[in-house]
This record gives sequence, structure tokens and C-alpha cells, in this order.
Amino acid sequence: MTIAASPTTYAAPGEAGSLVSFRPRYDHFIGGEYVAPTGGQYFENPTPVTGRVFTEVARGDSTDVDRAVQAAWKAFPAWGKTSVTERANLLNRIADRMEQNLELLAVAETWENGKPIRETLGADIPLAIDHFRYFAGAIRAQEGSTGEIDHDTVAYHFHEPLGVVAQIIPWNFPILMAVWKLAPALAAGNCVVLKPAEQTPASIHVLVELIQDLIPAGVLNVVNGFGFEVGAPLAQHPDVRKVAFTGETTTGRLIMQYASQNLIPVTLELGGKSPNVFFADVAQEHDAFYDKALEGFAFFNLNQGEVCTCPSRALVAKEIYDGFVADGLDRVRAVKQGHPLDMSTMIGAQASNDQLEKILSYIDIGKQEGAKLLTGGERADLGGELSGGYYVTPTVFEGDNAMRIFQEEIFGPVLALTSFSGYDDAISIANDTLYGLGAGVWSREATTLYRAGRDIQAGRVWENTYHQYPAGAAFGGYKQSGVGRENHKMMLDHYQQTKNLLVSYAEGPMGFF
Amino acid sequence: MSTDRVAVTPAASDLLRSLAARHGPLMFHQSGGCCDGSSPMCYPVGMFMTGPGDVLLGALEVDGIDPVEVFMSRAQFEYWKYTHLTIDVVDGRGGGFSLETPEGKRFLTRSRMLTDAELSDLGLMPQRQ
Repeated sequence: MTIAASPTTYAAPGEAGSLVSFRPRYDHFIGGEYVAPTGGQYFENPTPVTGRVFTEVARGDSTDVDRAVQAAWKAFPAWGKTSVTERANLLNRIADRMEQNLELLAVAETWENGKPIRETLGADIPLAIDHFRYFAGAIRAQEGSTGEIDHDTVAYHFHEPLGVVAQIIPWNFPILMAVWKLAPALAAGNCVVLKPAEQTPASIHVLVELIQDLIPAGVLNVVNGFGFEVGAPLAQHPDVRKVAFTGETTTGRLIMQYASQNLIPVTLELGGKSPNVFFADVAQEHDAFYDKALEGFAFFNLNQGEVCTCPSRALVAKEIYDGFVADGLDRVRAVKQGHPLDMSTMIGAQASNDQLEKILSYIDIGKQEGAKLLTGGERADLGGELSGGYYVTPTVFEGDNAMRIFQEEIFGPVLALTSFSGYDDAISIANDTLYGLGAGVWSREATTLYRAGRDIQAGRVWENTYHQYPAGAAFGGYKQSGVGRENHKMMLDHYQQTKNLLVSYAEGPMGFF
Repeated sequence: MSTDRVAVTPAASDLLRSLAARHGPLMFHQSGGCCDGSSPMCYPVGMFMTGPGDVLLGALEVDGIDPVEVFMSRAQFEYWKYTHLTIDVVDGRGGGFSLETPEGKRFLTRSRMLTDAELSDLGLMPQRQ
């Protein structure tokens, strides 16, 4: 993506002239219609921009989950037999509808999550649109296979949908992460029961309202509520054929535990502590490439650091450390914090109060461990109505890789910075982590890029770039970062059964009996 | 004397008591990774399966309810073993399948470095450089 910021401020939802009017209340979307929660309860949904409540959302329970799973199974016999052309056309129509409403969706997402509007306009929503189109193309082009076992015997392989699948969505990219899971599942012919994060339950309903007339009833169902009350019953539902989850390790283990009881597959994306490695030749010239690398250093601020692949550990070659870090810190200090709906804002609000508190607690432990605070390190009070929002200044700590701030995903704009001596040290530090989701490598040498990219134990290694998420590039984790690959046609395999027909064309018996 | 690795604040104790009244005996598992990770997850005993890959850090003594055991994965503990953890609570919402989230509350782990005396007691001296 390339950002071309024009100085615009979008009106906040609820203000005159806003592109978005959230409803005062959102129910569950089950069987093609909005239905009230069985228990009759709702919970308040605040915007992290100001901390004020802007809508309330159905508080689901296991009965609602049952209704949704039943509605999905009711839809499946017809949906699972649609042609790939029909399904691809549907995904393309969803993409078109989203594109026609790009700004509306971007404002809704920013208000829901707190991220800057230039990110939702330039990345979140365009990527989501493209994701539907990618899987529309992928499913059209997918073919089974035939194997000629011998002259008389042929193995045919067909792709078949799994049935009803459960998808549990995180709060950091409420729409994009939902689409990452929805597009392949629908393309493959499954029906979906989706649970949005309780921190960000509303923007997905802005999307659902836009596209609900396009989708056959029951093919997509959304049940809102809390993890314990909705997520857990959904993940252990005996009629669910697969669970996809993005989140953290303990819940990931619970999902696998439930899956072991139902003997179903899971895909898990559980985060990381991604190293961003800057080799010495980066600073050979102070040219456009050097400028690009400095942007790479500051990329831990994207989405307020609330990205599973946040480059939250910077490893800088000793030879260039002082100069490169000084320039990098200048770039970090230039990150503009402000109202998320202002197009010039580069970092917005953390998604929730508890997320803010957690980040501050990690800044505290970083100081206690003896890490040196180079910039930031505090809650930001942006004044006026934003005083109630959840803002943290971009923060850089210098320390060593054994410290907890180097090992735990803080999920905030907090960079843990250290140096390395030579290639082997760089790889050793990069791999000294429980996780293996993302990594960055910066060098002018093709061999260094290639070797380092292969030696770092992570599913996605960006080379001379970072934080690009195009459809068609597989995304997923090594080590404790999860199971499975999203964002690529191989994700279709995670949503499909293989049907093998083994056919004998021999005219006589085999001769055993 | 034996050194405790975990403690609980009065506010968190109050919340644990009210959760235990509804859900029975409780436990924590400290999570890692993204989104709601790096936070403690509170479950009814029996919901989350612990195993050889976990370390029992200790049990929180909360008046009126059964001790609340606190676990962490062994691999994660390698990086956390020099710190003392206090389970606190803040306003919030959401956090995996943790029990307290519908209450508008979220448990939070606060940390401090263990003192030399505590490290010695735990057999962790000399400290890493």
C-alpha cells in the first residue's frame, strides 16, 4: 500500500454529516435475519477514541449458539452444492458492495477499534475487498485431481466443503480478520457461525447490513457475546466441523482441547514477538533505501502495535547502531498521534481500557528489568473528548533479549531494541523466542536476505519491507504462533474435505475369493 | 520461609469470591501471544486441561473460597522465572474465554522483579547477567 494523505477529518458517527450511523443496538444475525438474544441481555460497546458508549450489542449464550449452528446446517445442503461460479460471483458482489462503501466501512472500523482512518482507508478495507476477490478467483481455478493407479484403476479426488464451521475473530482488525476467515470458508462452500470479539462487535454488523441481501439465509451467522458465554460453547459445539481462531496461546490450547473431544481440525493464529533485523549494510548510504529502512524501524506503531506480527523487537547491527538508532528514534518521534478520524493522524487509540492497562504494566516491568527508556513510555492525554480515550505514546526500550519485554507480546506501540554482532548472533537472537509468526530482514545484499530469511524460524519473513498483507502470500506461524496458513489459496485446504473415488474399470474379479 | 511467586490484590480477591460463588473452584492460566495474551485467564477448575508442559506457580489464598492455583506454560516460565506476579483487576471487557469479562472487569498480571533473597530462596542465584 502507499499512503497519500489528504488533510481531511471525517465526522464522527453520531455527529452531523457522518458517513456512519450505528444503530443503538445490534442483535445476532442468524438464519438471514436479526434476532434478539434468548436471554434478552445486551452489553455496552464504547469507542476507544473517546471511551464513550456508542451502541449496545446482544449478549449471547449457548442457546443462541445452538440456533446459529442449526440455521447454518439448514442452509448447508443447498449452499454446499452451489457451483464454484455461483460462489465466486457472490464473493465478487460482496467485494463490489464493500468498494462502493469504502469510506463508510473505514469510518465504522476506526470508530470501533481506534485505529487511524488512513489505515482503514488505505489498508484494512481495501485488503478485505481484495481478499474476497482473491478467493473468488482461487475457487474458480481450483481443480481436483485424477491419478491413474494402473491401467484399470483410477483415483479421483474432489474437494468438498466441511459443513458448518466456527470462526472466532480478534479485535485488532475486526473486519479484515473476519474476512480473512470468511472468504475461504464461503468460497469452499461452508456455512459459517462467526463470533466477533466482544471488544469490537459492532463494525462487522455495519458490513453484514451492507451485504446481507447478497448472501443466502443461514450461510453466514453472527453471534455476539463474551468468550466464556459464546466462544466456548461455539468452539465445543458437537455439530461444528472446524474451528478457526485468532487470539492467544491459552485460548488456543482450549480450542485444541475442545477439538480433541469432537475430533475436528482447527486453525490457530496466536501471535508472536517478531524480530526486525537491520544488517550493517543498510546504513551504507543515506539514500531512499535507508529512508525505507527507517520506516521499517517505526513500523511497530502500525495499528498502535496491535498486530500479531508487530515488529516489536528491533535487532540492529553493532557497526551502525548509534547512528541508525538515532535516525530511527527521530522517525518514531515524528509519528503523529491524534484523533483517529483525522487523515493526518498516524497512531490512534488502543482498542480498550484493559489493553491500555496491560501495555502500561509492561512499560512498568520494562523499567524494573533495567531496560533503558529511549522515548515515550506513558499514557498520552490528547485533551478534550479524547481524554477519555486510550492512547499510548510510541515507546522504545533498549535492553537485552532475555528481558520479559523482549519475550512477551505487549500488543502496543512498544519497541524492544537491542544490537547484534554479526550474522550468527542476529539469527540466534531473532530465534530466541517462543513464537514464529513474522520477522523482518533489511539488507542490500541478496545473499544475506535469502540466508537470513531461511534461517529465521517464522512463517512470514518480510525482506526490505514490513506489514504488507496481500492476498496470495501465505500467513501463519511456526512454533507457538499457531497452526495453518491464511491469506493464500492453501487456506482452502483447511476448509475442505478430500473425497477420493477409487474406481476399478477392470472387467473381472481381483481373484482373492 | 518459602518465597511466593504469586499474590492477589484485594480487588481481585473480591472478584474471585463473586465468581467462585457462581462457578465453583477457580484457577488461572497465564496466557502468551497476541490480542488478549500476556494476561491471566480465569477458569472454573476442570475447564482447562493442564499437563506436563505447565508449571504451577502457586496458589492464591482468598478468604472464603478454595485456593486458586496459577499455572503458566513451562516454556513461558523460562522467561518469567525472575519475576513475582500479582493478579490485579481493571475495568475492561473481553479476554479469551476468561470468566470475569461479562462483569466489565479484566484480570491483569502486575509484575515485579524478585529480590536477591527471594531468588536465592528459589535456587535461582546467581542471577542472569
